[in-house]
Amino acid sequence: MTSARDDVLSNIRRSLGVTGHEAPRIAAVDERLARAAPGVVPARGQLDPAARLALFRAQAEAVQASLAVAASAKDVPAEIARYLRDNNLPATLRMGADPRLAAMDWGATTLAVTRGPSAGDDLNAVSHAFAGAAETGTLVLVSGTDNPTTLNFLPDNHIVVLRAADIDGDYESVWTRLRATFGKGLMPRAVNMITGPSRSGDIEQKLLLGAHGPRRLHIVIVGD
Amino acid sequence: MSALPTSENFKANAHAALGDAQLQKALGHVRVNFIERRASAAAGLPEFEALRDSARDIKNHTLAHLDLYLEAYEKNVTASGGRVHFARDAKEACALIVDICKAEGARNVTKGKSMVSEEIGLNAAIEAAGMAAVETDLGEYIIQLRGEAPSHIIAPAVHLNKEQVEADFRRVHTALPEGRNLDAPESLLAEARGILREKFLDADVGVTGANFLVAETGTSIIVTNEGNGDLTQTLPRAHIVIASIEKIVPTLEDASQILRVLARSATGQDMSVYTTLSTGPRRASDPDGPRAYHVVLLDNGRSAMLGTEFEDMLRCIRCGACMNHCPVYHAVGGHAYGWVYPGPMGAVLTPSLIGVDKGGHLPNASTFCGRCESVCPVRIPLPKMMRHWREREFERHLSPASVRYGIGVWAFFAKRPALYRLAAGIAMGALGLLGSARGRFRKLPLAGGWTDHRDMPAPQGRTFQSQWKAKGGRTR
Repeated sequence: MTSARDDVLSNIRRSLGVTGHEAPRIAAVDERLARAAPGVVPARGQLDPAARLALFRAQAEAVQASLAVAASAKDVPAEIARYLRDNNLPATLRMGADPRLAAMDWGATTLAVTRGPSAGDDLNAVSHAFAGAAETGTLVLVSGTDNPTTLNFLPDNHIVVLRAADIDGDYESVWTRLRATFGKGLMPRAVNMITGPSRSGDIEQKLLLGAHGPRRLHIVIVGD
Repeated sequence: MSALPTSENFKANAHAALGDAQLQKALGHVRVNFIERRASAAAGLPEFEALRDSARDIKNHTLAHLDLYLEAYEKNVTASGGRVHFARDAKEACALIVDICKAEGARNVTKGKSMVSEEIGLNAAIEAAGMAAVETDLGEYIIQLRGEAPSHIIAPAVHLNKEQVEADFRRVHTALPEGRNLDAPESLLAEARGILREKFLDADVGVTGANFLVAETGTSIIVTNEGNGDLTQTLPRAHIVIASIEKIVPTLEDASQILRVLARSATGQDMSVYTTLSTGPRRASDPDGPRAYHVVLLDNGRSAMLGTEFEDMLRCIRCGACMNHCPVYHAVGGHAYGWVYPGPMGAVLTPSLIGVDKGGHLPNASTFCGRCESVCPVRIPLPKMMRHWREREFERHLSPASVRYGIGVWAFFAKRPALYRLAAGIAMGALGLLGSARGRFRKLPLAGGWTDHRDMPAPQGRTFQSQWKAKGGRTR
C-alpha cells in the first residue's frame, strides 16, 4: 500500500499534469524561496524615524493599546510603576531574562519583580519587543528565555518595551530583521505579532476587550 | 468521520430559517457591521486593490507548484524538529490526530478555531476515543455547548442573540451562583474567560488550524483576536496543526501580502490582534511552549480540484467576506447550507468536497448579483463557478424533472427563433390581455414558486424582441 504522502503528492501531480521533476518548475520554486521578494508594500510606513514612531503610536492607540515614551532605558521602570499605579493595578511584575530588562533598575521602584514564564497566576508582565511594524501599530515578540511566550497571553495586563530604533515601517522590514538575527529560513519557535489587547466580537458582533489574552496592552517606547 | 451534511435539504432548511425570528434578528448584525467595516478598512489602504491582485497571483503560483512547495515545507518543518503527516481524507486525519493524542496520554484536548477540524468532524473523533475536546474560541465554545455547527466561517455563533447565550451558560455552568447577572455581553465574556482559562491550563494537547503554512521556514501561522489559539498551542505538551494542503504560501513576504487583505476583508480590522508564527516545538533553552509539534496536512478532495474549473476555489483564505455580502446568506444564515462551509464560498466548495449529488442545491442558492466576487480578496470568480456546478448538476441529471422539462421546452424554442418569436408573442399577448385589468397576477399556473410570495407583474402585451425591432435596435 502506498503512503498517504505519496498518494497526495501523486494526485496533485496528476491533476497538474506534471511529474515533479521538471527543471523549470523546480528552478521557479527554488528561486522564489531564495529571493523572498517583497510584493506590494504600503506607502504609509515609508517614513523617517520620527514620523514612523508617530504612525506606530496612532495605529496602536487606534486598536486600544496605550502608549508612553520613555526618554531612555533607565526611565522605563518608573514609567511602568506609574502605569500600574494610575490604573489601580497591583505593584507586581513578571518578566523573562531579557538583558535589556535585567539592566534596568527595578529596585528604584516599589514593584515586586519576579522572573520566568507564567503559570497563569501573574496579573502583570513586561516583555521586550523584538520589533514593531508602524503600518498597523503591531508589536513583534520572539519566544525564548528572554521573553517567554506565556507572558504575552496569560497575564491580565501586558506591558511591552519597544526601542524606537526597532520600529519598522512594514512587515517586510520585520522579516528582513528576523533573517538578519536568526538566519535565512530559520525562525524562533514563536514569533508573536500583537496588535492591541485581546478582544472578541462573537456575541452579537459587539467588540469586547479581554477575551482570553490580556485585557490591557501598554507599550513603552524607549527613545535612545 | 466527516460532519454529516444536510445540504440536500437546502430548500426546507431555507424555509425554516426564514421563519426563525431569533435567527432573523441575529442576521441583522451581519447585514450592517461586516459590510461597513470592510468598506472602511479597504478604503483606508490605497494599495488594497493591488494587494488583492498580489494575493491572487501568490495563490495561483503556489497552486501551480503545490507538490514542490509541500515538499519544501515538509523539509523545513522536519528540520525545526516538527513532524508532518499527510491525510488523504477526513477519516485518516482524525485517526492521525487521535493517535497523537493517545500517544501523549491525553485526557483533555483544547482546540483553536479551525474550519478544517469541522470539515473532518474532529471533535466527535476525539470524544469517541474517550478524550474531552474543548473549543476555546468564544463563538465556537458557545455553539459546542449547544451541539451546533458554526453558521459562519469567522463568526461561528453569529446566528445567536445574547439571551440565548445566557440561557446556555446558565444551563451548563451550574457550579456558578444561580442569581448572577449575565445581562450584558461583557459578563458573558468574563464568565467564558474564567471557565476556559481552567481548560487551557488543564489541556494535554492543543489543536489549532492554520491560516498559512510557510514553505520557506516550515512555519504555521494562525490569526486570532481572542488569544485562544495562542493559549491552546503554547500551554499543552503537544501542539497539533490541522491544515489543508492549499494553505501553503512560499515565503514570509507572500504571507504578509495576504495578511494585509485577510483581516480587512474579514472583520474590517487592519490587522487581527494576534498573528502567530509557529516553527517546531520548544527549543532546548525555551522556558515554555509545546514539547511536540505536529502538522496534519489534509487533502480530502482538494488535489482533485487542481486543473479543473474549480481550481480557483483553492485560493480561498476563509475570510468570510463573500457570505457577509451575500443576500442569500443574509436571508437564511449559515445553517441552511447544511454542511461546514456556508455562503457563496460554501456553495462552490461543498459540492467539490461532498459531491454534487449531496451539495448540488447550494450553487442554485444565488441571485448571481456578483457582490461575493467583487469583495473576494483573492478574486475568486464565485458566480462563474456556481454556474459551472449548475451545468454539472444538469449534465448528471440531478436537477428536478420539472426544471429539466422546462429547460428542455425552452431549448426547443430557443433553437427555432421564428417559432420562439411566434410563441412568445402569443403568450405575452395573452398574458397582457388577461392581466390588463389589475396589472398583475396573484396566481399563475406553473409559477407558484413566484406567486405564492408576491404578485407577477402582467406583461405589457409585446415581447422585448418585437419592441427592440420596432425601435430599429436603438436603445432610445
